Amino acid sequence: MKVSLSWLNDYVTIEMGIDRLADELTMAGLEVETVSDRYAYLENVIVSRIDHIDPHPNADKLQLCILNAGDRSVNVVCGAPNVKTGMLVPLALPGSVLPDGSVLKESTIRGSASFGMICSEKELGFGTDAGGIMELDPSLTIGEKLAKALNLSDPVIEIDLTPNRPDCLSVIGIAREIAVIQKTKLKYPDFIISETGNEIKNFSSVTIDAPDLCPRYVARLLTDIKIKESPFWLQERLLSVGLRPINNIVDTTNFVLMETGQPLHAFDFDQLAQNKIIVRSARKGEIFTTLDNKERRLSKNMLMICDGEKPVAIGGVMGGLNSEIEDTTTRVLIESAYFNPMSIRKTSKKLGLNTEASHRFERGIDPDGTVSSINRAALLMAKLSEGKLVPGMIDEYPNKIPVKTISLSVNATNRLLGTVFKRNEIKNYLESIEFKVSKGDSESLRVTHPSFRVDITRPQDLMEEVARLSGYNNIPTTFPAMPAEAVTPLKPLETRNRIKQKMVGFGFSETITYSFIHPSACDHLRLNENDPRRKIVKILNPLTDDQAVMRTSLVPGLLETMHRNISRQEINIKLFEIGRIYFNTGNDNQPDESEILAGLWSGSRFPASWHQKGIDCDFFDLKGVVEELFSSLKMKDLEFTGLPDKSFTYTKPGFSSGIYSKGEYLGMMGEVHPGVLENFNLKQSAYIFELDMDKLQTLLPDIVQFNPVPIYPSVPRDITIIIDKNIESRTILKNVETAGEEWIEKLYIFDIYDGDPIPSGKRSISFRIIYRSTERTLEDEEVNRVHKIITTRLLKKFKADLPA
Amino acid sequence: MEKSIKKIQADALKELEKASGRKEINDISIRYLGRKGVVTQLLRNIPDLPKSKRAETGKNANVLKKTLDQVFKEALKQLELKTSASDECIDVSLPGRPAVNGSLHPITRITQEICDIFTRIGFEIVEGPEIETDYYNFEALNFPKNHPARDMQDTFYISENIVLRTHTSPVQIRTMKKQTPPVRVIAPGKVYRCDSDLTHTAMFHQVEGLLVDENISFGDLKGILTTFVHQMFDDQTNLRFRPSFFPFTEPSAEVDILCVICRGKGCRVCSQTGWLEVLGSGMVHPALFENVDYDPERYTGFAFGMGVERIAMLKYGIDDIRRYFENDNRFLRQF
Repeated sequence: MKVSLSWLNDYVTIEMGIDRLADELTMAGLEVETVSDRYAYLENVIVSRIDHIDPHPNADKLQLCILNAGDRSVNVVCGAPNVKTGMLVPLALPGSVLPDGSVLKESTIRGSASFGMICSEKELGFGTDAGGIMELDPSLTIGEKLAKALNLSDPVIEIDLTPNRPDCLSVIGIAREIAVIQKTKLKYPDFIISETGNEIKNFSSVTIDAPDLCPRYVARLLTDIKIKESPFWLQERLLSVGLRPINNIVDTTNFVLMETGQPLHAFDFDQLAQNKIIVRSARKGEIFTTLDNKERRLSKNMLMICDGEKPVAIGGVMGGLNSEIEDTTTRVLIESAYFNPMSIRKTSKKLGLNTEASHRFERGIDPDGTVSSINRAALLMAKLSEGKLVPGMIDEYPNKIPVKTISLSVNATNRLLGTVFKRNEIKNYLESIEFKVSKGDSESLRVTHPSFRVDITRPQDLMEEVARLSGYNNIPTTFPAMPAEAVTPLKPLETRNRIKQKMVGFGFSETITYSFIHPSACDHLRLNENDPRRKIVKILNPLTDDQAVMRTSLVPGLLETMHRNISRQEINIKLFEIGRIYFNTGNDNQPDESEILAGLWSGSRFPASWHQKGIDCDFFDLKGVVEELFSSLKMKDLEFTGLPDKSFTYTKPGFSSGIYSKGEYLGMMGEVHPGVLENFNLKQSAYIFELDMDKLQTLLPDIVQFNPVPIYPSVPRDITIIIDKNIESRTILKNVETAGEEWIEKLYIFDIYDGDPIPSGKRSISFRIIYRSTERTLEDEEVNRVHKIITTRLLKKFKADLPA
Repeated sequence: MEKSIKKIQADALKELEKASGRKEINDISIRYLGRKGVVTQLLRNIPDLPKSKRAETGKNANVLKKTLDQVFKEALKQLELKTSASDECIDVSLPGRPAVNGSLHPITRITQEICDIFTRIGFEIVEGPEIETDYYNFEALNFPKNHPARDMQDTFYISENIVLRTHTSPVQIRTMKKQTPPVRVIAPGKVYRCDSDLTHTAMFHQVEGLLVDENISFGDLKGILTTFVHQMFDDQTNLRFRPSFFPFTEPSAEVDILCVICRGKGCRVCSQTGWLEVLGSGMVHPALFENVDYDPERYTGFAFGMGVERIAMLKYGIDDIRRYFENDNRFLRQF
């Protein structure tokens, strides 16, 4: 809601400076968003003197003026008849934005350069005179800004109104709040009704067929009117709040709308068939052309204002082209109605048509404001159009809107607010904003709200008014008495934070990518037709295609992040994200959500430096991270299976692994498939892993169990075997581990070789076994014996050989 | 032979006395004890001696070897202790071998900081679904269908009844339906609104809180939020509460803090007002209590919520909200 200070001053004498006023309004709950000046557009308009006039060489009606602009002279081509040497005139310099919206530029007019424009009153938005250049008082200072020279300033405040305060969608509404703040009186516009001729009933009638949608419809009639331009003061008011003046009738409806908050509509009475109004709901599929010259397809439950034959307006939203006020109009029917807020909102949403009227109707206007507003408008129209106001009004009010009386307990008010107000204080606060208050039982008040405060329905609404009027900041600050109870931590959050810390320790940076992605992401990941990740949740009203569906994998987001970084020359990337993925579970069901940890490593293993060259990371770098992560979470029995599941379509076959713990699938890791890299426009290889956080959570050990530190020495023994290449190392190690030798404390591979002289198809694997007993020092011979058994068994089991 | 051993020892010691640097000492050491050194040669020749002399000479030669070895080592050690940095040192200004650390996203950091403050006060952290039913996201929170209040939050729809949650407030309803008062919870999480410009992204993060018990007042709301702001920023940060509107609270209040950048003088960040809007809050609307079967006569409570991106912007001086989700390495690694 925009309003100028000068307009407000018509209803309340403002006693504060503009900054103070803006602050006070904000603190009263009417948040002032911006304060601008109505004349800010005059920034580049200055006072200048015409020093010299020459005829234009190529045009009879134009002249070349040389103006003194204070610190310089300016050449301007001008066509006005009244320019004379020595005259002081307003000069608009290039860059000026004039009220009609045009932006002034340096130009060449018929071969002569012009560096500005000498303006008329109308061009400057000061009046209606367009006949010649505006002549300024000769005592003004040349070169000074025009606004300053003429002392022009009218602050315009823009208020971001909350939906509960439709009463402030008017200049009077805001003036009323200011009057309360200042504790001064509000002046309503006064007018005396003067009517001539026959009663309106003799000319017209209103029938309401849909009283639920239209509880009240008021109409008045004017005859013998003349359509013309509005007087300057009215145009000025409308311009000050950003409305375009049209003609005296339409401008008056807009003026009263802004003044009182009551939307009005003016019909050309002679275009209304049978001169009557019927209010009914629309018929399905009915088509209607609105004022903006657009065809609208209507649906049932929309409210139509009709004449004796056809619709003439969509009630509360927009009038029709067929009954618009024309230059030839001589009789006007004014509508001032109260429409059902919800119905207006539905209609406006459905048609995508949000107007000043619908905005107010859907929030709820003052049901009693219909009458005073129509009188105000009718008298103004009669005056401005030299027309006659027909006596009386039609006021159809089939569904009376009740005014509520609420019982307000003083104790409950003080309990909710933490205050100690006395009954009288509360009464005074409420009366200051036109509420009617009487005493109820010993500690309560009976409160009736004014008809414009449609937001008041419960005692709490009144308590808010009391708090607001006393000032939120004057309410004592206290602390709740709370039981000394320990708070139970949220397990998944704790785990998540633990894992984030670990990943950071491993050198990964946490990312947060959008939960919505492009619908083509599934294809980009090369997902199979029946992959569960194709059960996508679609957004009905996405902002962009890039954000049209909810993700079923974190991988696209990470790959896109990688791409963005590489395009900015950040080529070494270690990222992770913990976030949710979403699965469609069928129409109108809440989708399934699960939490995933995903990581990506691309580029070098270590940053290149003087100690080492940058070496590219590989599968085992990332695997080390995953292993260490699990180890730090004290999770054992982790298994990486090399047989790629068919669903690993976005990792490279042979370079992917499933991750299992205790037989449960936890996730996967691998090198990103070259096809996927191409789909994401990536040229360097990348390694990713994904882990199911929900599953991981269930497998996380609750407690850490201490094992005594060994006191007897260990005995290491190495073994090298030449074995078929296809046998996975984990199979070999598992065979050793599970053979039941109690002394094996640890074993690990320390060398792998598959070149000459090892026969092709085979490789040599060397590993070390650490033997230790928890009971005694082991003898060399007994260890050798066990080691020999293990070696023999391995050779036999895997048809392996010892090195030659 | 005996004499020769003594002479060798004396010669060695004499040479050592003259030696000054590490290299010289090493050279002497090699000359005597190296593979072709005098002492080594001596030991190698022992088998060629007459049987009677072998044992004793062998023993003496070994003693000599040990003695010299010790003497040389000692000399080196002394030298090391005396050596000044000037002649032998490393370039300590070279960077060390990197122990690479990653970084936590600023949103995570600030969310944790906010949650920590409230858990210290005694609030419990709760979470809920990001894709919600219209009932939990709106209706139960007193946003009736076709009410203009719904315009306050541009909503992404999945179907007529399923939405991306526009705030974490549905978690309040879910919590109240599950437990009886006293309730003290905060709900952090992602939320979504159909809005994108310099100061809005379609996804962002919120932390909301709810406290319900007997005798909870607006004054208590002010107390808890003042404590929070003082912990989050510093205890010199002034606050002001001003009337506002949220369908699920009555009275409702916006909380402004004195601009942390200009301290109230007026700057670009606070649009010259000196104040920054950081929290929405209010007393729980009785309609919500009716929806979760709490007795509105007996219980009162307050709720509040804040945008994490906004707080992080103020804390870190981040100027563009879109930076959060671009995940530029050079952005992430600053946190």
